[in-house]
Amino acid sequence: MNNNSKILIIDDERQIRKLIVITLESNNFYVLEAATAKEGLQMAAMHPPDLIILDLGLPDEDGQSVLVKLRDWYISPIIILSVRDAETDIIQALDNGANDYLVKPFRTGELLARIRNALRNKFESNNQSIITFQNITIDLVARIVKKDNAVLKLTSTEYSLITLLARNENKVLTHQFILREIWGPGYVEQSQYLRVFIAQIRKKIEENPNQPKIIITESGIGYRLVGEDI
Amino acid sequence: MLKSFTNKRISRQYIISVGITLLVSTICFFISDLVGYRTVALILLFTVSLLASALSVYPVLISAVLSALIWDFFFIPPHFTLHVDNSEDILMLCMYFIIALLNGILSSKLKQYEKIARQKEEKLNALKLYNTLFNSISHELRTPLTTIIGASENLITNDKILLEKDKLELQSEIYIASSRLNRLIDNLLNMSRLDSGFLKPKMDWCDINDLIHSVVNRLQPDNENHSIEIKVSNDNSIIWLDFGLIEQSLYNVIHNAIVHSPDNTKIIITAEYMDGYMIIKVADNGNGFITDGKEQSFDKFYRSPELKTGGLGLGLSIVKGFVSAHNGFVEINNNKPNGTIVTIKIPSNTPLINSENE
Repeated sequence: MNNNSKILIIDDERQIRKLIVITLESNNFYVLEAATAKEGLQMAAMHPPDLIILDLGLPDEDGQSVLVKLRDWYISPIIILSVRDAETDIIQALDNGANDYLVKPFRTGELLARIRNALRNKFESNNQSIITFQNITIDLVARIVKKDNAVLKLTSTEYSLITLLARNENKVLTHQFILREIWGPGYVEQSQYLRVFIAQIRKKIEENPNQPKIIITESGIGYRLVGEDI
Repeated sequence: MLKSFTNKRISRQYIISVGITLLVSTICFFISDLVGYRTVALILLFTVSLLASALSVYPVLISAVLSALIWDFFFIPPHFTLHVDNSEDILMLCMYFIIALLNGILSSKLKQYEKIARQKEEKLNALKLYNTLFNSISHELRTPLTTIIGASENLITNDKILLEKDKLELQSEIYIASSRLNRLIDNLLNMSRLDSGFLKPKMDWCDINDLIHSVVNRLQPDNENHSIEIKVSNDNSIIWLDFGLIEQSLYNVIHNAIVHSPDNTKIIITAEYMDGYMIIKVADNGNGFITDGKEQSFDKFYRSPELKTGGLGLGLSIVKGFVSAHNGFVEINNNKPNGTIVTIKIPSNTPLINSENE
């Protein structure tokens, strides 16, 4: 893991920035700070960071529109850090291209884990034929999924679902996104299929399907496949 | 608009007062031979008193004047003239007039006093409730804040003399106090969401198994000394509800169970789908409900008198609000041999899909 990654924080609250700076610097990250949207956008353009932490409630511009502007050219991970905890805000941010969303107040340990996960994803190539996470391996060419080297029997829908989640490792995928990708645009409202298939896949890949460590439920939002059990 | 409405009400009062006076006078006209014209005066006076108890002052005065004239004109001999022969009758007419007027004025004064007294009492009650609330909220907010300010100040100023073990203890106190503050603010925000009347559940298919486990995982940092057992039937575990609202409801119920039952006891959570209802039960082995506070426990700011732990008394009223938003019910009962069972019943249906055959 590259631990000298450069991280930009865009947040107007001095205390929050201070908390994050101390946490990140003590974990060997290099940190840049911006207090306004304008400053943040300038800084991101001048010193492109490896990851951006963005607050939604900025004084000069709404964070969602800053996110859209950043996503015009910025491809590295963006993590949203906000007091807004409504599902609609979270889904909108994810649709606008955020990789992850953390509600304030947050635990610093949780923030570090999310940052590490997002960065891990970034440094892995997207054109690989084999994806590995935790004790699972997916061979995309042979269409085989292995758990601890034993081949799992998956239906074709189960295979597409786990591959979609694995290709977006550590990123929250919304219910609508998954339904559209796997079942098609006509199924966006049919979330019962998703629930049933997630439950089935968990039975096959998780040690304890009721305490999932691989496919995590994001309450009311969607699912996330966790690459490394931290 | 309000003015025209009041005008309408006043003019209706005039119609009632004049109408009833005329009606009673007509009846008296037919029975005056039987009872005598002086009894008629008493009947009319009685009518005016009745009107005074119900109507406002001017309609009553109209009725007083009208009935006096009617009595004079139709009943006092000689009839059909305002002229009165007998000096006794002149005196009676004057007395009648004065009593009828006094009747109107006194009763309207009485009504005014009553209104003022009622307003005063209402104001006093509202003030009492406000003070209780204010004290309870400021106590609940200030207790953890005091811990946070005190402990952090101590850490800053006595950094060199504090033992490592004491530092760690102060730091954990700060963490516990801020978690408590956070829970409190969540509950206050949820309560105001409910009070605003704009709460509309965002229904979606949810896996109840997933929901219960996610709540229990979220509570894990607060739960060191209870074992939590989850029994969910795997059939029909996918149901139609608002994940966030039911998650928060269950969080409050299970958090209560953890806080109000002794260490090293068991909390059992069961969920099953029966007859169109998803029934979730949370049973603990705590003290149960000693008093009959069953119904009040869902009231806003209600706290059972036996409780020694802190809190605002919002948890269960939020549960009730969120569950009611699903047209569901929540019940609290004593567990056997001891403890509490909270039952949440949500009307719901399960999807008809067979996943193994795609």
